[in-house]
Amino acid sequence: MSDLGDLYQQTILDHNRNPRNFRRLETANRTAEGHNPNCGDRIKVYVQVEGDTISDIGFQMPDGAGCAISKASASLMTTAVKGKPVAEAETLFQAFRDMLSGGAIAPGKLAAFGGVRAFPARVKCANLAWHALHAALQNESDPVTTESARDF
Amino acid sequence: MLDTKIRADFPILARQEHGHRLVYLDNAATTQKPRQVLDAILNYYSTSNANVHRGAYGLAVAATEAYEAARAAVARFVNAWAVEGVVFTRGTTEAINLVAGSWGRANVKAGDTVVVTAMDHHSNLVPWQILCAEKGATLRMVEVTADGRIDLLDFGRALEARPRLVAFPYVSNSLGSVNPAAELTKLAHAAGAVVVVDGAQGTPHLKVDVQALGCDFYCLSGHKMLGPMGSGALIAKPELLEAMPPYHGGGEMIERVWDDHSTWNMIPHKFEGGTPNVEGAVGLAAAIAYLERIGMDTIAEHEQALARTAIERLSEIDGITVYGPKDHRAGVVPFTYGDIHPHDLATILDRDGVCIRAGHHCTQPLMRRLGVPATARASFYIYNGVDDIDALVTAVRKAGELFGVPLPR
Repeated sequence: MSDLGDLYQQTILDHNRNPRNFRRLETANRTAEGHNPNCGDRIKVYVQVEGDTISDIGFQMPDGAGCAISKASASLMTTAVKGKPVAEAETLFQAFRDMLSGGAIAPGKLAAFGGVRAFPARVKCANLAWHALHAALQNESDPVTTESARDF
Repeated sequence: MLDTKIRADFPILARQEHGHRLVYLDNAATTQKPRQVLDAILNYYSTSNANVHRGAYGLAVAATEAYEAARAAVARFVNAWAVEGVVFTRGTTEAINLVAGSWGRANVKAGDTVVVTAMDHHSNLVPWQILCAEKGATLRMVEVTADGRIDLLDFGRALEARPRLVAFPYVSNSLGSVNPAAELTKLAHAAGAVVVVDGAQGTPHLKVDVQALGCDFYCLSGHKMLGPMGSGALIAKPELLEAMPPYHGGGEMIERVWDDHSTWNMIPHKFEGGTPNVEGAVGLAAAIAYLERIGMDTIAEHEQALARTAIERLSEIDGITVYGPKDHRAGVVPFTYGDIHPHDLATILDRDGVCIRAGHHCTQPLMRRLGVPATARASFYIYNGVDDIDALVTAVRKAGELFGVPLPR
């Protein structure tokens, strides 16, 4: 039996309580919105790409609130990809997604979300921000939803 | 209050969830099924299964009799205008779509107004949005008061447009408000409107008498009242059904078919194209028999007592906000807890075996008005007891501890 502590690890509770880069980024040259129609959570990701590098990133939850998992995941994601090459962010996205679908534990602090695997109803919450980031980096203008992204 | 011994009738309640007794508090979404309903379905397929209304052999006659007996049971249960005024549907959603797609298409014209309320479930909103967009009609949404009732002043203002149709829920699935359906109907009729009552949440929990309500169309879902999923009905005044065009074309709904046109079967069959959900109807009839044995007044009292207790106990926790009116409410208790997102609450409660709903409850316009993206919702039925409320409150307190007892917003 998986424990609630595996899901709500301290890292996640901390990023939920004090989300990092939780702001609209005025200088962003890439943005995308993620929407989970199951729960109504929406996340908007603002990315500033200079050359091949994510020089700055921020996120907002336009409805004012999201669950701890989606908010903490977005927050941790911004800290994980800030200052990194775009290609590396995409690699992390892949690793994160693989982890949530039962694969290897993702590197660094992203490992905190490994516990989500035991809570299938919450996997989409953890993935939401990453899909928005991916869409922003692809420069897709339509909002992505947890239903339209093929391998959510 | 009802004796929790009743749980012995519900096989699923023996299920363990994460090592805990299953505490099922999502009855506004769907209810569990007693053995009597499961047996009725099994018995139907074991003894009487054939296609209805067409076979000339004994077995088909038995199936038809079972199906039509179920229709009579539904008619009696809600005091329908006539047995032929009961059209079997997949549930409330299909019943409302039937009214919109048939009566609405034939009667709503450009410039007309259709009135709904801000507490309507998406199923009593979106069909009207689609109809109004198609016809160039205006959709007018009546506001709700801060404590979660239909704003009667705004309802009156909406009627000044002399709407063609007025739709509202008997009981709100998000707030538990029991609306003054007879009074609203009288006002709407005085303004010349046809009235559709969404009875999805009313029928399982209150004694329903559609003739006393006085509405024109009443919609219900079987699965929210111990019956099978995919069962439900539209209850309508027969003269309205007679005048309406068909909804689905196909077998069963026709009288005669030529190369280029057809004539229609009599009501209610005109609206039941295709092989119907006979097992659903039979199961629904068994559910009705079960509910009638307990008595709808007893059920209403039981749920209201549980809701009162739950509200009292939850309100003792700092940071809990309970939504909905103080009185005139059914066994639905929506709440939020500080800044803990309802989905996190639901996940934490689930680990204690407590099933609640978290989200917008298919009422996004209402959530916007409440100023919350989502709520947690506990909803009760006949097999719930005070021990379930104990489990709910204990689990909610655990969530508070895990998230560091958040301050109220």
